[in-house]
Amino acid sequence: MKNIFQEIRKSVLSAIWLMILTFPIMVIKVNSFDNVVIWRWKNLMWVGIGTFFLSWLWRFLLDRKENGSGVEKTEIEKKNKFSLRETLSERKVKIPVLSVLAVLVLVFPFFVKFYQVGIMTSALMFVILGLGLNIVIGYGGLLHLGYAAFYAMGAYTYGLMYLYFGLPFWGALPLGAVTGALFGILIGVPVLRLRGDYLAIVTLAFGEISRLLLENMSGFTRGPEGIAQIPRPGFFVKLSLQGATTYLFYISIALVIFTIFVIRRLEDSRIGRALEAMKEDDIAAQSMGIDLAKTKLITFALGAVWAGMVGVVLASKTTYINPGSFTLMESVMILVAVVLGGTGSIPGVILGAFLVTLIPEYFRALADYRMLMFGVALVVMSIFRPQGIIPRVRKRYLVGEEQS
Amino acid sequence: MKYFLQLVLAGLTKGSIYALIALGYTMVYGIIKLINFAHGEIYMIGAFTALIVGGALQITTGLPPLAILAISLAAAIFFSSGYGVTMEKIAYKPLRNAPRLTALISAIGMSLILQNYVLLAQTSDFLPFRSMIPNFPFLTPGKSLVTTTQLVILVTTVIVMVLLTLLIKFTRIGKAMRATSQDKVMAQLVGIDINRVITFTFAIGSATAAIGGVLIANHMGQINFYIGFLAGIKAFVAAVLGGIGSIPGAVLGSLVLGMTESFGAGYISSAYEDAFAFVILIIILIFKPSGLLGRNEIEKV
Repeated sequence: MKNIFQEIRKSVLSAIWLMILTFPIMVIKVNSFDNVVIWRWKNLMWVGIGTFFLSWLWRFLLDRKENGSGVEKTEIEKKNKFSLRETLSERKVKIPVLSVLAVLVLVFPFFVKFYQVGIMTSALMFVILGLGLNIVIGYGGLLHLGYAAFYAMGAYTYGLMYLYFGLPFWGALPLGAVTGALFGILIGVPVLRLRGDYLAIVTLAFGEISRLLLENMSGFTRGPEGIAQIPRPGFFVKLSLQGATTYLFYISIALVIFTIFVIRRLEDSRIGRALEAMKEDDIAAQSMGIDLAKTKLITFALGAVWAGMVGVVLASKTTYINPGSFTLMESVMILVAVVLGGTGSIPGVILGAFLVTLIPEYFRALADYRMLMFGVALVVMSIFRPQGIIPRVRKRYLVGEEQS
Repeated sequence: MKYFLQLVLAGLTKGSIYALIALGYTMVYGIIKLINFAHGEIYMIGAFTALIVGGALQITTGLPPLAILAISLAAAIFFSSGYGVTMEKIAYKPLRNAPRLTALISAIGMSLILQNYVLLAQTSDFLPFRSMIPNFPFLTPGKSLVTTTQLVILVTTVIVMVLLTLLIKFTRIGKAMRATSQDKVMAQLVGIDINRVITFTFAIGSATAAIGGVLIANHMGQINFYIGFLAGIKAFVAAVLGGIGSIPGAVLGSLVLGMTESFGAGYISSAYEDAFAFVILIIILIFKPSGLLGRNEIEKV
């Protein structure tokens, strides 16, 4: 019983502390035009009640994290436990599941409103962005906070090439990828010597510089006004708005599949292994004969390719781009998708990207709280589940047992 | 010539504000090796608290302006320190032994939380900040080289720096801070409660940031929830420029950065004012990653 009283005491103390702390910002609102002060005492009550229970939950979770859940699973239990992941990876199950999924995706645009197709396309674009950033963060272990700059490069490649040369969508798509990769290398060269948190800040700086350049080189990029009336892709003939949206949906699906295919191949390739080694310990990797400079540049280029392509898709989807679409918040949202889903895990990142784009879309009431929730998600995930919702399964090589 | 001197003064003013924020970055980094990404938000909260408390007092009571200034500054310092310490307890303490990137991601999350908390609880608009510092009679606005707020900023920064140096050099807790930043395990072995030292460091760093926030709000005349982001990044650049972990370095770096921005904007192009900081950051990290006054770190496998 003493334990409970202690817990209550701790929760009450936390609640009181947070009520004091949040008092000026939550309760008082000064309107200096009409010279009135609004007191919102109700907020204080909510802070108190909320903190009381949340701090209890917080301590419980922290305690469980530090001391384990108390119930140790035996080896046999672990073996007999039904594992969704293993069941899914069996050939018998995998093929039908994938086929059903494929059919569902193919007929999706014909059964829902055309507005939904647009949302889904955005979500799919985000999936590709997440997978691209995942190469840099999840495989290479390099925290990149300027990813939106690559995205912007792709979008502006299409926008500017169309503006000056009338380049069509299908010409811009590969060009966007190439621009992205080149830009990735361009950013990569100066930061070769950096790692960890310094790298994060410098990539952030690069992202901001790119945006400032796009905004201020008005003669070339049309500055903050942006580029309007970029054409949607046509399918031999010019498509209607509805047709073009559906078409872009299929293009995004194809790009997602292509991305997953390439990344899966990458994981087990020589480059993939080099990335893995660099992530674990770069000095050790270097002494094993991995060319760190080359590997880092490849990481940046490989990550940026996808952002460049998605940028082109974005430009053709919205038909209008301006530098304001590529702020740090965009980079952070892609980062949230990766961290939330599971750094390094392909299904995880896909789930993360869907969560990040679809939750604010379908829960409009929560839209204002979107960034706040993402912040909470980043903190909570870092503390309680740094490996993400669907953690990465690393390939294991067993000695003496049959390898799977 | 007058233009040149005005630029120098503007640069020094900016540099002083950066220095007040950069101190928090550099002290925290020195002790727990974490880039406290949310530090800029603490500065923003300091400015907001001063605005709210000052505004409420101005409207509801008839206190003289100087008393209001003193009370709101004290409130800003108290609440900012509170936020800093609480933030450390919630978001950083459980991650003390985690990989540094995990802690950095948590810090980015904390920064988003604080920004949006102020946005939702207050407003997204720019709020006018009525200057609480009365004009000095010996300075005529428009004619004198310095404005009153500039003078106040410069003098306050010098006082804060001197006090901080004394605190770190001559007090018990200052000694404990230096010991902790050199070697955490050894510090614990000689009986230093490092949790207390870390809490204290966050409190002091947040307090100086709050002073910076109140001063800049008085100088600029308006604030919103997003001012912390850019100021925080720039102060971080200043800390890196001077050598992160070094307190004199943070001050030197801030002044260099403030001057560069001021002259860059004055003589080259004001549209790129914000880009100068980033360019400097990149150049420094490429050529001298340890900063102007930093020590080189040797890493082993």
